[in-house]
Amino acid sequence: MNLELTLNGRPWKGEASPSQTLLDFLRAQGLASVKRGCDTENCGLCTVWVDDAPVLSCSYLACRATGRRVTTLEGVEEQAADLGRFLAARGAEQCGFCSPGFLMTVLALRRELPHPTREEVRAYLAGNLCRCSGYTAQMDAVCAWLEVEE
Amino acid sequence: MYTIRELAFPGTAEEALSLLRKGRNNVILGGGCWLALGRRRYGVGIDLSRLGLDAIRREGDELVLGGSATLRALEKNGDACALFGGILSHCVRPIVGVQLRSRATVGGSVYARFGFSDPLTALLCLDCTVELAGEGTVPLEVFAARPAVERDIVTGVRIRIEDRATAMETMRLTATDLPILTAAVSRLGKDWRVVVGARPGRPVRVPGVEAALAHGASPAQAGRLAAEGLTFGSDLRAGREYRALLAETLVARCAARVEQEVSR
Amino acid sequence: MKYAVNQPVPKLDSAAMTTGKPIYTEDLAPADCLIVKVLRSPHAFARITAIRKKRALAVPGVACALTWEDVPRIRHSLGGLAYTFGSPNDRYILEDTVRYVGDAVAIVAAETEEAADKALRLLEVDYELLPAVLDPRQALDHQPPIHGEEDYSAEDTLQGQPKRNLMAHFELPYGDLDAAFAKCDVVVEDTFHTRANSHAMMETFRAFSYYDANGRLAIVTSTQIPFLCRRTAAQALGMPIDRIRVIKPKVGGGFGAKQSLVCELLCAIVTVKTRRPAKLIYSRTESFIASNSRHETYITVKLGATKDGIVRAASVHTISNAGAYGEQAFATALLTGVKTLPMFGRAEAFHFDFDITYTNTMAGGAFRGFGATQGFFATESMTNRLAVELGMDPCQLRLKNIPHSGDFMPAYFFEFLTSSALDRCIKTGRNMIGWDQKYPRVEVDGSRVRAVGMAVALQSSGISKADKCCASVKLCEDGRYIVSNGAGDMGTGCDTVLAQIAAETLQCSIDRVSSAPVDTDSSPYDKGSFASSTTYVTGMAMVKACEQLTGMMKAEAARALDCPVAFIEFDGDFFYARNGSSGRLSLELLARRQVTEPDCPWFTAEGSHCSPTSPPPLMAGFAEIELDRDTGKVTVLDYVGVVDCGTVVNPALARVQAQGGIAQGIGMALYEDVQYDEAGRMLNRNFLRYKIPSRMDLPPIRVAFEQSYEPSGPFGAKSIGEVVINTPVPAIADAIYNACGVRMTDLPMTPEKILKGLRQQVQP
Repeated sequence: MNLELTLNGRPWKGEASPSQTLLDFLRAQGLASVKRGCDTENCGLCTVWVDDAPVLSCSYLACRATGRRVTTLEGVEEQAADLGRFLAARGAEQCGFCSPGFLMTVLALRRELPHPTREEVRAYLAGNLCRCSGYTAQMDAVCAWLEVEE
Repeated sequence: MYTIRELAFPGTAEEALSLLRKGRNNVILGGGCWLALGRRRYGVGIDLSRLGLDAIRREGDELVLGGSATLRALEKNGDACALFGGILSHCVRPIVGVQLRSRATVGGSVYARFGFSDPLTALLCLDCTVELAGEGTVPLEVFAARPAVERDIVTGVRIRIEDRATAMETMRLTATDLPILTAAVSRLGKDWRVVVGARPGRPVRVPGVEAALAHGASPAQAGRLAAEGLTFGSDLRAGREYRALLAETLVARCAARVEQEVSR
Repeated sequence: MKYAVNQPVPKLDSAAMTTGKPIYTEDLAPADCLIVKVLRSPHAFARITAIRKKRALAVPGVACALTWEDVPRIRHSLGGLAYTFGSPNDRYILEDTVRYVGDAVAIVAAETEEAADKALRLLEVDYELLPAVLDPRQALDHQPPIHGEEDYSAEDTLQGQPKRNLMAHFELPYGDLDAAFAKCDVVVEDTFHTRANSHAMMETFRAFSYYDANGRLAIVTSTQIPFLCRRTAAQALGMPIDRIRVIKPKVGGGFGAKQSLVCELLCAIVTVKTRRPAKLIYSRTESFIASNSRHETYITVKLGATKDGIVRAASVHTISNAGAYGEQAFATALLTGVKTLPMFGRAEAFHFDFDITYTNTMAGGAFRGFGATQGFFATESMTNRLAVELGMDPCQLRLKNIPHSGDFMPAYFFEFLTSSALDRCIKTGRNMIGWDQKYPRVEVDGSRVRAVGMAVALQSSGISKADKCCASVKLCEDGRYIVSNGAGDMGTGCDTVLAQIAAETLQCSIDRVSSAPVDTDSSPYDKGSFASSTTYVTGMAMVKACEQLTGMMKAEAARALDCPVAFIEFDGDFFYARNGSSGRLSLELLARRQVTEPDCPWFTAEGSHCSPTSPPPLMAGFAEIELDRDTGKVTVLDYVGVVDCGTVVNPALARVQAQGGIAQGIGMALYEDVQYDEAGRMLNRNFLRYKIPSRMDLPPIRVAFEQSYEPSGPFGAKSIGEVVINTPVPAIADAIYNACGVRMTDLPMTPEKILKGLRQQVQP
């Protein structure tokens, strides 16, 4: 069916199968940042924004995004690089496979919560699993970045 | 992941309902979250996003949750946070993560009537009715006890705004896992409500315990009665006996918190 | 260290990772790959009597459907280990016998995923069901044997009797055990049950393969073991090694899972058969049910001590569940004893033995900690129990028994301990957690109580005398360096750490060193990223390579400066002639000579290293928990890990390694459990049902380092990757005991089990 949406700030128009997931659609556009981590909406790796909300693209039908703004990490690369430097400086990253979804959620948090406490940051990021880091360094890096952003 | 043959965006609830009833394989897409765990092949997938059902608002002495309101919207809504001791906001917070709650809807949660449903547990301890596009208004308790097979659409949930004291407790193996037991207790004067869910069966009210509390039973007694009066089952996450012990503890804790709240 | 070692250098690949660049296997696969899918056995044990593939092959777009009849009949093992720690050759790529639910039955490849899925559904298979056995304690002599095949082979050291389902047996006696126990005032004994755990790395198993222009088979895979992957693929496919090339892109986590060829051969065989590029991406469920897991074990520990708190005698008996195939099972079972018994540094006698049985569950494999994790749960729990029986503080008891630098460790392959700061680790951790204020417990209210618990652990730094690792360095014509390793960084940052070691050896900043990608055609040989070896073993190879390169550069500088090489000095930037002249030559100018001077060699050097010893990193872990006596719920409030990994090459990366390992250990302690139903179907086959710790389940994990200096390691370094997973399970078990008096011997320590224990206490 016809699909029209705004993809990383640019209009996109074309055909998509009604059953195609947003994740498969985005990867087919060459947006490699979008990762599949599970089949059960538990890991957060495939997080992208639909309009302004972080959603799991693995379970979202691409066609339901018609008329909406879809944003992946590629669309916010500058902000991502900036936050990424905070993560790297604290050694918060190991394999990096969860990073894109994680960064998309952190950037959504930044927009949604004005002055979050560490506990609020933690709760907001609860849906993003990481098997390597134990989360502590990630949390430290995000909180440090938020502080500087303010 | 499920598949659909085509996707429709009806503009009214009537249109959506007639589409749904047109084909046995047609399906309402709420947030599409739980649906995505299955591998079924559907006909028309019916997206409700153009029905304008996503508001959470007060209407007279009722709080109306739109069927398409997301759990995340509920979590953040001022009234949901302020009324009923904030139980409507609190009950959804352990559900997986912000991303899932940004998609999952009130209508979907209520319609599905899952045993482990946190929102259903919370809503059952309030005075609620369910609005269905076809059938009209049904008391939540009645709806919650029926099999989830109606070819109908939950367009909203109406909650009577009362000065109810509430408390809810859940037990989970990990913080964002499905609960292995949920309990909610509320009180308005002599009117107690006690709900236990994830037994792993559906959340239900426990009239015997409610009556006992109304007659002055202690929280500990209420807990024991709840454990005795309900049936529990075993699954991957927990055994029957453990669930009964949890019901005892969590109901007692909720009742004690409600008593404290009232005496304050 | 002056240049790069002991500094928190950011990972070289961090910018690419945090901006979502296409750096992982799936991102790099060509668009025209055939999509490979695998039909999985629904039965725990069965013989395939017929497979009809006509209907599957008729699906438009299907390129092939392969069954046991189509693959080479060459018995091999998927486990990547050095030659000397061989796993039994007990499988084919596809076989007419399936041995667990999830075992590969057939492979289909098609132009599209839809076509491949459809073809899978249309394959018709007839099975003759065989009686399955799931419990390793009941597997011995269960008939028919899981591996009755006549071409089964294994090294004699395994002492296996496959026709009895006994995969291996081992005994290690030392001293007169009975006499030693007889001297003891206190003897304790118990059996511990550890469960299979899933690695649950975020990137599932995946590979793609193609033939290159020269007709060689290329396999691009998310692996920890590029070179062992090449060797095993050559063996299993019946090809010479030089005809195969393995490329390892960035890897999204491994933890040992990718130390086996879980998916590579299933993909490569399609390319071999069709001559076409093919790709195989495991779903999360496939990753759970058809790969490998931590070995389930039953470990019986008996300890004896005299009243002064000295452990005089110790025995460990392990039953390990190999699952359906024996890859890694021998070496992991070995570590349940050889890594744990050295903690009883003053024992006069010990005995260690194990039996490994085949069962019809998914094969076990390498998982961070590699058996030591299971072993330490048992031995450290028993040490904590001994402390209670002796009326002694558990920290004090450790300080009386742990080995010290210079001590002989008969259980640890008869090696000497050459560096240890474990005593300092214990003391520092004890202060950090506030042991004296909190031990054993603090009541919070009527139901909740807080308590602390502790444990110590060690691991290895590579496998002594077996791990061969190489590293190479090249000087570019502008005076900068490119280093290469073939280790297989799986996200741990060893590419960065090895570059740091190179920079330190070459006396330059890390900015002047680049790291080449891993490709068996161009990278130096390395047995792979496992057994905590990259920093210690490959690191020494890197030191050697850089020293060799420095020697070559000095020789050329000597020619250029007309000075005997013995008098040439290099400070990282300049070569100085110290023969009385004031001549000097910059590195840049020397580097340029490679392309301007006809007689100047090209500066490239390769170092190889195999360590005669495996100096253990050591650690002390301390947990503080809150326990709800009415629900059994345990909340970890604080975890302190103090690690001696020798010189810390990269404090930021070492810290996150430690935090991540501790987090996995907490998951193993409290949540993670691969369960099967009676028919052998895995129940926890996704993240909905297999719960790894989320951010909400873990406290901030505090890590400190107590550095020793390991003389045989690069700049004094030992390893870090695995030791960090070993303390949480026994430390949390101890905290639970201190909180409520229940000794947990069965993992995971769920609230249900704890509450059951509590109820049994009050009903004597």
